[in-house]
Amino acid sequence: MSSRSNRIDRLTHLQQLEADSIQIFREAIAESENPVMLYSVGKDSAVMLHLAKKAFFPSVPPFPLLHVDTTWKFKAMYEFRDRMVAESQMELIVHQNPDALLRGINPFDHGSATHTDVWKTEGLKQALGKHGFDLAFGGARRDEERSRAKERVFSIRSAQHRWDPKSQRPELWHLYNARVQPGESVRVFPLSNWTELDVWQYIYRESIPIVPLYFAAKRPVVERDGALIMVDDDRMPREPGEITERSVRFRTLGCYPLTGAIESTASTLPEIIQEMLLTTSSERQGRVIDHDSTGSMEKKKQEGYF
Amino acid sequence: MAHVANELLEQDIEAYLTQHENKSMLRFITCGSVDDGKSTLIGRLLYDSKLVFDDHLSALISDSKRIGTQGGDLDFALLVDGLAAEREQGITIDVAYRFFSTEQRKFIVADTPGHEQYTRNMVTGASTAELAVILIDARKGVLTQTRRHSYLVSLLGIRHVVLAINKLDLVDYSEEVFDGIVADYQSFAEGIGISSFTAIPISALGGDNISERSLHTPWYKGPTLIEHLENVDVDDERSRGPFRFPVQWVNRPDLDFRGYAGQIAGGRIQVGGAVRIVPSGAESTITRIVTADGDLSEAITGQSVTLCLADAIDISRGDLIADAQAPPSVADQFECHLIWMAEEEMLPGRPYVLKIGGRTVAATVSQPKYEVNVNSLVHQASKTLGLNSIGVCNLSLDQPIPFDPYVENRETGGFILVDRFTNATVAAGLLHFGLRRADNVHWQAVEVDKVRRSEMNNQRPAVIWFTGLSGSGKSTIANTVEQRLFDLGHRTYLLDGDNIRHGLNHDLGFTDADRVENVRRVAEVAKLMVDAGLIVLCSFISPFRAERQLARELVGEGEFVEVFVDVSLEVAEQRDHKGLYAKARRGELDNFTGIDSPYEEPENPDVHLHTSGSLTIEAAADEVLGHLYQSGILSDPR
Repeated sequence: MSSRSNRIDRLTHLQQLEADSIQIFREAIAESENPVMLYSVGKDSAVMLHLAKKAFFPSVPPFPLLHVDTTWKFKAMYEFRDRMVAESQMELIVHQNPDALLRGINPFDHGSATHTDVWKTEGLKQALGKHGFDLAFGGARRDEERSRAKERVFSIRSAQHRWDPKSQRPELWHLYNARVQPGESVRVFPLSNWTELDVWQYIYRESIPIVPLYFAAKRPVVERDGALIMVDDDRMPREPGEITERSVRFRTLGCYPLTGAIESTASTLPEIIQEMLLTTSSERQGRVIDHDSTGSMEKKKQEGYF
Repeated sequence: MAHVANELLEQDIEAYLTQHENKSMLRFITCGSVDDGKSTLIGRLLYDSKLVFDDHLSALISDSKRIGTQGGDLDFALLVDGLAAEREQGITIDVAYRFFSTEQRKFIVADTPGHEQYTRNMVTGASTAELAVILIDARKGVLTQTRRHSYLVSLLGIRHVVLAINKLDLVDYSEEVFDGIVADYQSFAEGIGISSFTAIPISALGGDNISERSLHTPWYKGPTLIEHLENVDVDDERSRGPFRFPVQWVNRPDLDFRGYAGQIAGGRIQVGGAVRIVPSGAESTITRIVTADGDLSEAITGQSVTLCLADAIDISRGDLIADAQAPPSVADQFECHLIWMAEEEMLPGRPYVLKIGGRTVAATVSQPKYEVNVNSLVHQASKTLGLNSIGVCNLSLDQPIPFDPYVENRETGGFILVDRFTNATVAAGLLHFGLRRADNVHWQAVEVDKVRRSEMNNQRPAVIWFTGLSGSGKSTIANTVEQRLFDLGHRTYLLDGDNIRHGLNHDLGFTDADRVENVRRVAEVAKLMVDAGLIVLCSFISPFRAERQLARELVGEGEFVEVFVDVSLEVAEQRDHKGLYAKARRGELDNFTGIDSPYEEPENPDVHLHTSGSLTIEAAADEVLGHLYQSGILSDPR
């Protein structure tokens, strides 16, 4: 392999963020017995997977990917997921909460809160318990929400998967304490110090593949409570003639009935970043769960939501 | 981002992205209390850098009216106060990290509270910061807390200090007030190791000299706060110092590749560079610097890479690959600063887990040489360290480690201590220097060893450790067991709590710290006696798991038998042969186990005797002897 001649004297912010995230990945796998990476198919997961590959190169990352599925993701997400997994040579574990499957939990009949709680929060706990994972990487960032600003990089969860904001461990220098009692587990957030803009810039710089839904295209949508919801399959109840074709894209991806699209013509990465920088509302506004009440994310975290 | 008006962004996004890709990053910490306007300052920085979205802004407007402290005006503090509980209390209680960005730099702000009890949070935030903004209320000047913050900033090795003199609007933007505070600060800053600082007159509320030059301070010619943060050169000594590379993980995908993964903690390295592996001392040269983006010819501090060496050397996680010409020292005893971060106080002599770089070792801490009063900076005597206290102690490890003094390199000189049972991070430490003591006390090699003595005695030496509440029957049972062993022809010795306290440990009281030391000494004596080939019976309340574990680990595998003499507190109190419980209940005896001092029950004792009920002393002794036969310490009588 030829060496790049590259005398540099300082790192750019993206290089520094990348190097620190790689350090976190390596530290986590060295200190755990049975790690796993949560893969939710979104852009943050894409960046995490990219960083994991870099951290362990030339080895394949020494852990499987876990997708806690709700059966309600966009079709394009499932296709993208399977393609990425095949390329990564990593093992993929898909977990669908059998109880939710049996009860037919869905956002239309049960509401967004129950849907998210049963499929995602409960499903995640089941999957971690079933496989005995003692450490799970997640793509959460501190800039996403006010209560996340205090989240540790290595966050300890009780045997009941609860997060206790009062008993989190101080993190100094690059030293992370991943020691746990039997039954406890650690959630590790390698993207803690990244902002949404950092993530997009990095995707651009590194040409990281992302789900096409992030780019604007003509898509069939209906309006629900002021949000534009894409009709991804026939499970979506609708009035005849209600569907319109509009040029839309998504800033964040989840279950299609709960993810609002924005009208946009941004069809390239630079256009997306440009639009984001000129826009006036935050990324999480498109997610329905944040609107419940002030501090709702914090409550969800205490209950075990990622 | 709501109000970005940037032509390049609107007209040539690709050029804009290229420009922004080359931004550098600065991590800084803000020190001050709510009263100094710290949250307001951070809120203002986010607001001025256009990082407040419209939906956040509308929440801010409504929150400001509802719970704001600015009479309905925008209360920037509300932008940054995080958790629900804190919002209601109106104070910040932990370290929060905020992000903002300008054309030149990305900033990570560690936002830590200024209250006295939260030294722990400030130290945590400071550990990763390259610069500190110390806030002063212009009306109040340099306060005790300013000194405390400055001391911690200096202790944690932050070399760039900004003195932000805030609320200047409330002193009529007076140059005289500003100069007075600067002079005050200067006079004590040098004494604590802050050789230079940049003072800026600001009003966070009004936005004076934050991102825009204030019209109210024509006398001030220096940079605005943002200008200073954007331009300050924070290249530290670490990156100019010798090469340091703590190995995190050995990368071994197949037989043809062996690389050492880590993040460069100091200096730089080139292909062909000569390195020494510490502590083993082996030397080699770098053949490849591997990254997923292709090999590099050179790498610098902060980069995460994978190194390949010319020679097949046994290297594992925790080893340090270092400059062959300037390798780090190696030691197993140190002097260090310790910042205690747990509710439970430090116990000298108790083993803790120490983590430094990728290395994890067992460590015990001495009684502090002194504690630093963070308010007066006076050194005072102390037997232990409590939450948020800082002291200088000696540290003793179970194996030698490579290190640099913290002042030379934070990453190779900073460590944490972890409780072995709760796994909580209980302290942060800064290494000063290695102590030579360990080198000077050599073990006397002896010809007659434990094995030969035990052959001579025709027995396997062991410690039989009786633990339980006062009045549980430990000593009575231990006496009976010893009598039976003696009758069988074994060589024994009984160490009993009360007797030891009359002699060897007569200087110790009953505080937690003294109890730890009491048991530590007994455990060491028992170890010597096991070495002498004896069966040693120890009868001590020994209330803490950690010390019983220590006693177990001092002797060999299979040489320690823990006997839990389990009695209910009610029964023990009824018996009360020595009248001690009655005294303790009357308040005449402090720190009495079971009354006002805890007893941690063994989780998996080797022998568990329930003495509350009808168990006779003989039957109890039978059980203990039964175990000794079963575990092979005694061989079957034929």
